[in-house]
Amino acid sequence: MTEFDLAEAPIRELNSRLHKLPPDTNERAWRIVNPRGAHSIAVGLTLPIEVRIEGHVGYYCAGMNKEATVVIDGQCGWGLAENIMSGTVRVTGNASQGVAATGRGGLVVVEGDAGARCGVSMKGVDIVVAGSIGHMSAFMAQRGRLVVCCDAGDDLGDSIYEAVIYVGGKTGRLGADCIEKEMTAEHVADLRAPLERAGIEADPTKFRRFGSARKLYHFNVDHADSY
Amino acid sequence: MTVDPRNLRESATFPREVLAEIHRAADQGVYDIRGFGAKRRLPSFDDLVFLGASVSRYPLEGYRERCDTNVVLGDRFAEQPIELKIPITIAGMSFGALGANAKEAIGLACTAMGTSSTTGDGGMTEEERRSSKTLVYQVLPSRYGMNPDDLRRADAIEVVIGQGAKPGGGGMLLGQKITERVAGMRDLPVGIDQRSACRHPDWTGPDDLTIKIEELREITDWQKPIYVKIGATRTKFDVPLAVKAGADVIVLDGMQGGTAATQDVFIEHVGIPTLPAVRQAVQALQELDMHRKVQLIVSGGIRTGADVAKALALGADAVSIGSAAMVALGCNKPVHVEDYYAIGTEPGFCHHCHTGRCPVGVTTQDPALEARLKPEQAGRWLRNYLAVMTLELQTMARACGKSHVLNLEPEDMVALTVEAAAMAGVPLAGTDWIPGRI
Ligand code: SF4
Repeated sequence: MTEFDLAEAPIRELNSRLHKLPPDTNERAWRIVNPRGAHSIAVGLTLPIEVRIEGHVGYYCAGMNKEATVVIDGQCGWGLAENIMSGTVRVTGNASQGVAATGRGGLVVVEGDAGARCGVSMKGVDIVVAGSIGHMSAFMAQRGRLVVCCDAGDDLGDSIYEAVIYVGGKTGRLGADCIEKEMTAEHVADLRAPLERAGIEADPTKFRRFGSARKLYHFNVDHADSY
Repeated sequence: MTVDPRNLRESATFPREVLAEIHRAADQGVYDIRGFGAKRRLPSFDDLVFLGASVSRYPLEGYRERCDTNVVLGDRFAEQPIELKIPITIAGMSFGALGANAKEAIGLACTAMGTSSTTGDGGMTEEERRSSKTLVYQVLPSRYGMNPDDLRRADAIEVVIGQGAKPGGGGMLLGQKITERVAGMRDLPVGIDQRSACRHPDWTGPDDLTIKIEELREITDWQKPIYVKIGATRTKFDVPLAVKAGADVIVLDGMQGGTAATQDVFIEHVGIPTLPAVRQAVQALQELDMHRKVQLIVSGGIRTGADVAKALALGADAVSIGSAAMVALGCNKPVHVEDYYAIGTEPGFCHHCHTGRCPVGVTTQDPALEARLKPEQAGRWLRNYLAVMTLELQTMARACGKSHVLNLEPEDMVALTVEAAAMAGVPLAGTDWIPGRI
């Protein structure tokens, strides 16, 4: 286990060391202490290493992650794992706005609640939130699964494309072009997979499914009030 | 029955083109979406002229005395700033809007001339990375095709906040251009209209932008210059905020800047022309004591070496061309005329990039049309054009006695109109009057 103390050295040194690791590195487990809300911790990782951050982090923690497993034992700020490509990012507490914004692959797990615009513009990532999410989540979501075990705020899935949203609790007002869809056995199986990967215990048969009505895919003047 | 022409008085409020547009809107029920930039007459660099050297100044000998054109961009924070041989770069144009052959041709021309090209919405293609020695990678609000590996293999990063054709607006790539390859790069279904967001998904406001820029620097280990591109509107506020947020380079796009597909009303009625925007940006940089420390790239309606010279004289460090580069690749050329007719236009009037049926193969994904643009040949045309612009630029600079094009200054110019004098902050020709100053 390699330990890095952010009270002793700056973020730039941490990220630079993580980026310079060779593919066959023996330093595969990292423990980062004293993050003290700093931004851009462990961003741009490319190797299947494990990084555990003990404490709260600021914006963009684990941004653009590839392959690595990053665990934040605390709360985190905006843009957790933004544009994640692969690997897993987990926060044991709550996450602020824009969790996994534009994420293209991999898995992001929030064990607490997530703020507004969770999964905004997501492009293939799986997001599992054990708690609730804020308003305008999955805005313009293109691909991937957003799983919310508790409640979702207003304007869920506004202008959604082909992403799928599963909600275990209540939903507020749905966003433009987002509708509730039938939850078949196939969808229960589809939901079971990310829940299991996330290690979140929830009964997939209790969830509802939401997705695109596909009415805004082509401009139509008679839908002008939805634009 | 014949009509007496003396009885035909056209309305100034409802001239024929306005009537036609109302009829079209009533017929189709959708606003006009088109490519290209503003078509209306705007105050521009054409309204400025240089004061060549005479008794009071020494000119430099054309063809004999050196007039350098090299520029360094992004040396504020980046460990590997960009070094260009000429101060004329190619603006971001997406694969999707442009075909792969056009992108490759641009890369070849830029590499030959020692300048940079830029990716666009939709990400980086192999063809353009392979053909471009210096490639700027755009980080756009949509983040279509955003890939950290491309970020790392780019030479600079451009955070796009807006563009001159549509500051404050997102994008729209119409379904007819969405082939499987384009859709795949954008993680969207084939054939649907693809909207690009107008705001970034994971930050709002200048304080967040500071953190975003820092993240991009951390991901790329502080190696690459970070540009911030803005559409010209409240330039005197936007430039200082971008500088404060940590930009190495500001890219400022005036309202003449082109687009692949935007509402006509947006193109013609939002933003300010390039001419006043440059002056405001330079003034803002000077007030922060950051002029030449944060470089300024200006775009929007640059067509000739004279335009470049005037932008540099006003204080820009480089320019960027988009529409003009497309024209050099063959856009609006009078060939395949029947195919212009097929999309309802003629050479010289075409702005039909949004249709995906570009007659000369520049802005199309159709294999047969795209095959009309041969990367090597079109790359040669663009290279020639860039070389001509550079020679013209040097001609202007030498005439003003400058041994480097960046030594051109506002004092080398006067304005032909009161508007241009006020906007550019140079005297009206034959007077000492700068409207608004004295
Ligand atoms: S010729 Fe092609 S590139 Fe030029 S305006 Fe027409 S469609 Fe666009």
